[in-house]
Amino acid sequence: MDLLYKIFLDPFLQMGTAPDLLVQTLWEGLVAGVLYALIALGYVLIYKASGVFNFAQGIMVVFAALTLVGLHELGIPAFAALILALGVMLALAVAVERVMLRPLVNQPEIILFMATFGLTSFLIGFGEFVFGGEPKVMITDELYLPGGAINFQVLGGLVSLQKIDIAAAVIASLMVAGLAAFFQSTRIGRALRAVADSHKAALSVGISLEQIWIVVWFAAGLVALATGVMWGARSNVSFALEIVALKALPVLVLGGFTSVPGAIVGGVIIGVSEKLGEFYWGPLFGGGIESWLAYVIALVFLLFRPQGLFGEKIIERV
Amino acid sequence: MLYRETGQFKTSYAADAAVFPILQDRIGIALILAFAFLAVPLTFSDFWISAVLIPILVFSLAAIGLNLLTGYAGQISLGTGAFMGVGAYACYKLTTIFPEANIIVLMIVSGLAAAALGTLFGLPSLRIKGFYLAVATLAAQFFLSWCFVRVPWLYNYNVSGAIEVPTRTILGIPVTGPNAAPMTRYLLVLAIVVGLTWFASNLVRGRIGRMWMAVRDMDIAAELIGIRLFPTKLIAFAVSSFYCGVAGAMMVFLWFGAAEADSFNIDLSFRVLFMVIIGGLGSLIGSFFGAALIWGLPIVLRALPDVFGVSIRAATVEHLQFMIVGALIIFFLAVEPAGLARLWQIGKQKLRVWPFPY
Repeated sequence: MDLLYKIFLDPFLQMGTAPDLLVQTLWEGLVAGVLYALIALGYVLIYKASGVFNFAQGIMVVFAALTLVGLHELGIPAFAALILALGVMLALAVAVERVMLRPLVNQPEIILFMATFGLTSFLIGFGEFVFGGEPKVMITDELYLPGGAINFQVLGGLVSLQKIDIAAAVIASLMVAGLAAFFQSTRIGRALRAVADSHKAALSVGISLEQIWIVVWFAAGLVALATGVMWGARSNVSFALEIVALKALPVLVLGGFTSVPGAIVGGVIIGVSEKLGEFYWGPLFGGGIESWLAYVIALVFLLFRPQGLFGEKIIERV
Repeated sequence: MLYRETGQFKTSYAADAAVFPILQDRIGIALILAFAFLAVPLTFSDFWISAVLIPILVFSLAAIGLNLLTGYAGQISLGTGAFMGVGAYACYKLTTIFPEANIIVLMIVSGLAAAALGTLFGLPSLRIKGFYLAVATLAAQFFLSWCFVRVPWLYNYNVSGAIEVPTRTILGIPVTGPNAAPMTRYLLVLAIVVGLTWFASNLVRGRIGRMWMAVRDMDIAAELIGIRLFPTKLIAFAVSSFYCGVAGAMMVFLWFGAAEADSFNIDLSFRVLFMVIIGGLGSLIGSFFGAALIWGLPIVLRALPDVFGVSIRAATVEHLQFMIVGALIIFFLAVEPAGLARLWQIGKQKLRVWPFPY
């Protein structure tokens, strides 16, 4: 009885008695969710356009952020470093297309998926080789990203919002809007959707697969850079981020692999439920349940809706 | 010329269904086994045995486990490390509860414990497949890793949170714990790996293996010809986790000597997956090749600078190793998606027609 009380009643009583804590937890969940969503967005972009489940997105985030900070450490002004980092991501996209995707055209998805494991391993080694393994501090001030916190009086308590989190949320929404516009109304965007539908049909109407892939991987690199800056501003830029990026996988499953809004909604759901779970139910299990709660939520969810919230219905033919 | 099946007639079904139908293969495997069981313990140094051969054998067994699931039954799993951990912790608990029992029996039983958990986490595989399933197995990985830290019962409430291997003897000879000689441990590992590999090779050639391969190639078609998907997939998860569990128990008891939760993190899962990919999906011998390559590569890379008289920092070597492994994976997938095992097959085919090109 005591356990049932602790699971089903006590957390809600706590929420009722301290609404400011609840709001704070919700906000933290929301912010974490936005950042998960950003990583998930990178996965979705590539999956939509090339059918490759890019496992390397997490390390691309780290790599992009490290490049930015590393270039700045060389004495290059922040914004020039930002543009140079974008150039590096473009070079990476070209290299990936040349070395990895082109020889593997027409291979089963699973082979491409495993190739991205190879890319992950390579980028880990390369990143550490060039930039060293130590965590670096993100250059927030130089990029004019706001620091500090805003405090609110909510329901008789104090809720503090980090400005950088608000900036992250704004940038995330801008980026999603931009990408949606890009997909819907530009020429390349239309070509992209055509490629996603069918490689062969797209090729037959004269769309260049190589070009599209470079565009997509570059877009994913852009998202990775933005994500890297945001994550890096919250904590340090280190290879530990790569494990955090794995958190984007349940987000992806929840939202559906092919849906941009799904990535956002899934991210927020995962972020919020993770923080709420950790804060209110975590102590029951000895804490630390944050590390697996997201996966279990996704797992349970999958049992009822295998294609995710917004995913296209999976139709299989023999 | 030497390797050819011409003139070897089979007069019974048993001979036709043998594991090694060709005489030269039988001689070859006998030579390899004789070398591994007799020559290695007599000639190799302790360093070679405990730092190279035992790890390769342990990883081979884990890779075989994952290969049964991913290569034969087509279900991606990223939870290998956790299931190895289940085997290790189960074996540790069993040695505490039954101090008198034979350690080999305990390892097999701990494999069964891993199999039970593997089946549990394999349940979603009926509803979901492909990448979605990979994410589901990540749930197993993170949940079980968390258990290894947060459930003190598993490590007997040690303050350090680590599991220490007690000394156990077979016929009066210590085989586990600090007093066990590397050679004894090596022979035990080898015996278990050979036995389980033989079992696996029979399994994949039989009814169950064929059902797995049918499900892997196209599950709907498999269902239409009367294969029940659910039991087939669950058996794959159970058998795979059993192998991983035994490999995990061996890893701690016969190799590490002590372990903590972090030994079974997601990196271990990835490492075993790399071995399977590079070795060749759907090939038992490929699992050995993959394990040997991924484990051997860093050792070679560490040794190379000394050979050439160049000094490279240890950290740099590690970074290079990551890069080379990554590049190798992409290279192998591009050149030969079927992995090292396929190269082995091509080699055998060449040998068969030698000295003629066809």
